Amino acid sequence: MRTTNLFRRISIGGAALWLGVFAVLPFLLIFATSFLTRDEASFVALQPSLDGYAGIAGPVFLDVLWQSVYLASGATLLCLLVGYPFAYALARMRSRAKNFLLLLVIIPFWTNSLLRTYALVFMLKANGLVSMTLMALGLSSEPVSLLYTEAAIFIGLVYTLLPFMILPLYASMEKLDNSLLEAARDLGANRFQGFIRVTVPLTTPGIIAGSMMVFLPALGMFYIPDLLGGGKHVIAGNFIKDQFLVARDWPVGAAASVVLTLLMAALLLAYHLSAKRIRRNGRSNGFEGGEA
Amino acid sequence: MSALWRLVRLLPVYVFLYLPIVVLVVFAFNDSKYSVTWKGFTWKWFGKLLANGQLMDAAVHTFTVAFLSATAATALGLLAAVALYRYRFQGKRLLQSALFVVMVSPDIVMGVAFLVLFMCMGLKPGFLTLFLAHTTFCLPFVTVTVHSRLAGFDNHLIEAAQDLGAGEFRAFRHVLLPMLAPAVLAGWLLSFTLSMDDVIISFFVTGPDFDILPLRVYSMVRLGVKPDVNALSAIMFGLTVVVVFTSQLLLRRKK
Repeated sequence: MRTTNLFRRISIGGAALWLGVFAVLPFLLIFATSFLTRDEASFVALQPSLDGYAGIAGPVFLDVLWQSVYLASGATLLCLLVGYPFAYALARMRSRAKNFLLLLVIIPFWTNSLLRTYALVFMLKANGLVSMTLMALGLSSEPVSLLYTEAAIFIGLVYTLLPFMILPLYASMEKLDNSLLEAARDLGANRFQGFIRVTVPLTTPGIIAGSMMVFLPALGMFYIPDLLGGGKHVIAGNFIKDQFLVARDWPVGAAASVVLTLLMAALLLAYHLSAKRIRRNGRSNGFEGGEA
Repeated sequence: MSALWRLVRLLPVYVFLYLPIVVLVVFAFNDSKYSVTWKGFTWKWFGKLLANGQLMDAAVHTFTVAFLSATAATALGLLAAVALYRYRFQGKRLLQSALFVVMVSPDIVMGVAFLVLFMCMGLKPGFLTLFLAHTTFCLPFVTVTVHSRLAGFDNHLIEAAQDLGAGEFRAFRHVLLPMLAPAVLAGWLLSFTLSMDDVIISFFVTGPDFDILPLRVYSMVRLGVKPDVNALSAIMFGLTVVVVFTSQLLLRRKK
């Protein structure tokens, strides 16, 4: 009887204690820091103020936010355009190689993302492979460097985050009931109509989940604009990093983190609600699809 | 016919995903320092890499942290999964929420949150802070992996074990653990790779005297590309492929 209780206590207590100290507490500290005042000597002074939030209300942070949303949504859209047809083709394959092909998508995602960003630098630099290829094809008479351009940042973000888009899409397409498509065809829909009116609505949860798994991490990836964009472009991650490590203004950095977290929570909530609605609609009128 | 056509349609994405890595690996064997023209095959960059003490130290540090964090995260995550599956207790929802929060928080926010926490605790940034941070962000992934395996578990087996006189711990040790072994292993491997791959959180929690690979490479790339980084990437990529295929084989055979 005693050991029973002991095991129960250890298993609940161990995880609870660890998460309490290393997951919940740091977030509370960030939240608290965002309402304190900056202090030269010890980072923060225990004096309540709204300085942090005043610091991100200005045009500087709004510009950063705008750039972040622009870069992250661009990357999300590109991933969707590349990932959707890919996941669709993969999910509809009937061969035994399917699992292996899926594994091939995941392997690069398990290679260090910084090393992969480095690989892109190697490809895009002035005398890199891309430039050589363009010259060999006669498309350019002199070496071109794509490095330190906006295009390079998009390439970098898509390269790093594409598997995150493909996996949820693939999962939602795997579950697709083929008889629904056949029914649509029997009712006179052509391929395109079947795709637009049946496949897309039913895979909407996958689209939203994939988009979130690309969009949210993209906001934080400060090393991609740094290494591929040459520091001319910033995302929210760069701003937060610089507030903490360069400007040493913890309240402003913490306030920006709080805003980012709230944005994320809002998106998650929206996803949760829309997924619920789609499930309800999907049961009642699967052929009409949700009016998403 | 259509199957082949599908395969061809998949090809561009694979080229996009693999070409940069392949090019990098190929040029790790190129006998020229700067150009992308092929000047012949050489092993010398691997020699250079071994001689590059800073880079080798960073590699050893990265492996050590990944190994220990994965182990700690697996132990804690497994216990959490079993507790969530077996017991009703106060604060259960809270524990689930905490796991969820760690999983979905942006890396950048977690990074600065750890920075503030460790500063408040007075911990010097270095090995310990890295270990604590990596263990924390790996833990929920182990819990989820193990918990999904528990979902289809027949509870009568535990009841049978208890009827035969096994206590809670022995039931766990002899009934649950053998059944969970593949999921536990998969959780460990996932944690190991997550830890090896992390850039953003490590950036905030490590100090100047404990360098790890991603950050070492980060500061090197700014100064230009170096062939010994290519050699290092080649080794890392080869290792990843080996680990992924081993884990796949293990999981398949166990099923």
